[in-house]
Amino acid sequence: MRDITLGQYINGDSVIHRLDPRVRLILTLVYIIMLFLLKSIPQMIMALVLILSAYALVRIPMKMLFKSLKPIIPIVLFTSVLNMFFIGGDEVFSFWKFSVTRQGIYYAVMLSLRVICLLAGSSLLTYTSTPIELTSALELLFMPLAKIGLPVNDLAMMMTIALRFIPTLLEETDKIMAAQKSRGANLDTGNFIERVRALTPILIPLFVSAFRRADELALAMECRCYNGGEGRTRLNALKIKRSDIIAVIVFLGLCALIILSGRIVL
Amino acid sequence: MSTLRLDNVGFTYQKGMPDEKVAVSGVSLTFDEGDFIGIIGHTGSGKSTLIQMLNGLLRPTTGHVYIDGDDIWDDRSKLREKRFKVGLVLQYPEYQLFEETVRKDIAFGPRNLGLSEEEIQSRVEEAAHYLRIPEKLLDRSPFDISGGEKRRAAIAGVLAMRPEVLVLDEPTAGLDPRGRRDILDVIRNYHENEKKTVILVSHSMDDVARYAGKVLVMNAGGVFFYDRVDEVFKHALELRETGLNIPTVTDILLTLRERGMDVDTDIYTPSGAAETITGYFRGEESK
Repeated sequence: MRDITLGQYINGDSVIHRLDPRVRLILTLVYIIMLFLLKSIPQMIMALVLILSAYALVRIPMKMLFKSLKPIIPIVLFTSVLNMFFIGGDEVFSFWKFSVTRQGIYYAVMLSLRVICLLAGSSLLTYTSTPIELTSALELLFMPLAKIGLPVNDLAMMMTIALRFIPTLLEETDKIMAAQKSRGANLDTGNFIERVRALTPILIPLFVSAFRRADELALAMECRCYNGGEGRTRLNALKIKRSDIIAVIVFLGLCALIILSGRIVL
Repeated sequence: MSTLRLDNVGFTYQKGMPDEKVAVSGVSLTFDEGDFIGIIGHTGSGKSTLIQMLNGLLRPTTGHVYIDGDDIWDDRSKLREKRFKVGLVLQYPEYQLFEETVRKDIAFGPRNLGLSEEEIQSRVEEAAHYLRIPEKLLDRSPFDISGGEKRRAAIAGVLAMRPEVLVLDEPTAGLDPRGRRDILDVIRNYHENEKKTVILVSHSMDDVARYAGKVLVMNAGGVFFYDRVDEVFKHALELRETGLNIPTVTDILLTLRERGMDVDTDIYTPSGAAETITGYFRGEESK
């Protein structure tokens, strides 16, 4: 159960770690949008080099990156192969009823590269940002929407709490499962309906404890005079520094270069 | 005849990962039938990990656990059956309650054993009787009874399975002194009547000294001492040096000795201490 790690943060003190989380978030979005604007394999490779050099900056071992890529390899392979067969164009070779085209292969490679870059880019964000940083970045970025009545502060608080309690609830699930197994609960055998029914002794205590925790947390927050996030100051106020501006300029410049290189060559 | 034997048992969390952590290593010992064994040790000394290996919740990364001579991991299809011989009450067991009534919740374990309805009901009654749960409480929801009652209902749920070995992980955690004594008396009562093996994990040396016959002292994932209570507390000084609690009485006697009173320090009951101290003063008077 504990293998599920959501947005595992790697502690570090790299250039990227020191960036403002808002900058990190926006640059990641820019990178992802760029991936969908690229039209050729050389450009894709440049995008890959760009993200890999960012990994080098953070000194995250390539092993970690491969580990996070592993689960999606089957999906990438599957869609690439499908694409290879179903895109029309100049035939390269064929067997039985299928024909593989040059365009098909090109598209398949593009797609795989794009998915890899996509995952590498978004993983880099979660590797270098704590959940708290991310939520405060989101909160500040969505702040303008508060003017039209969106409860931005409350949503951010909800998100922070939800993220905070994921590990706690996983641990709780482990404990309850151990207890019910000790009482002879049979969780691994039986048909579908039996298995679903076997979950009741786990889900009910889990819900009960989640509600209990929510009550306690609400009480604790009220005791500390929490009354909605409006006007709340924070311990680490986010500030855009000069290094952030430089990072934005350099990164946007590189992205523009990659996009434009396609135009020039073509 | 039911003994629990551990042979060079070890457990490592996240084995093979960079953050692997050895919780238990090289534990070889036997829990004999009918004994009342107390397990003590610091937080993180491997107590909880060890007892979770006794009923196959965790698989030892090294070594074997034998119940009545059978390795419990020998045949996975029989694991569940072997697990029934060792009843494990985990910490804060009240969080495992889930049924509509206390009666149904206590019946969950026996029902999983595949017993007849009559047998289930008689076991529920029996367990409720041991845990001193009044009849009228049995038909209430386990979610609106008091904390101490919840704890007892949860323990009854394991007791109703009539395990050969009953293992309790800090059953008194978070209870007031009265609740602690109630639970421990219930356990002693059960042990004396049923002659079944009872293993009690505790933080309190006083409780262990008062209730257990043998003590297993764990330190840094290994066995520090495993012997009869009086034998272990002969090493009170060593225990104190490793930072473990020792029974309050022994602690006082040790301090008296350090201050120059020649008293016997292998004592862990108040009455024994009273005897040795009065004995000392009589000796002084007659000099």
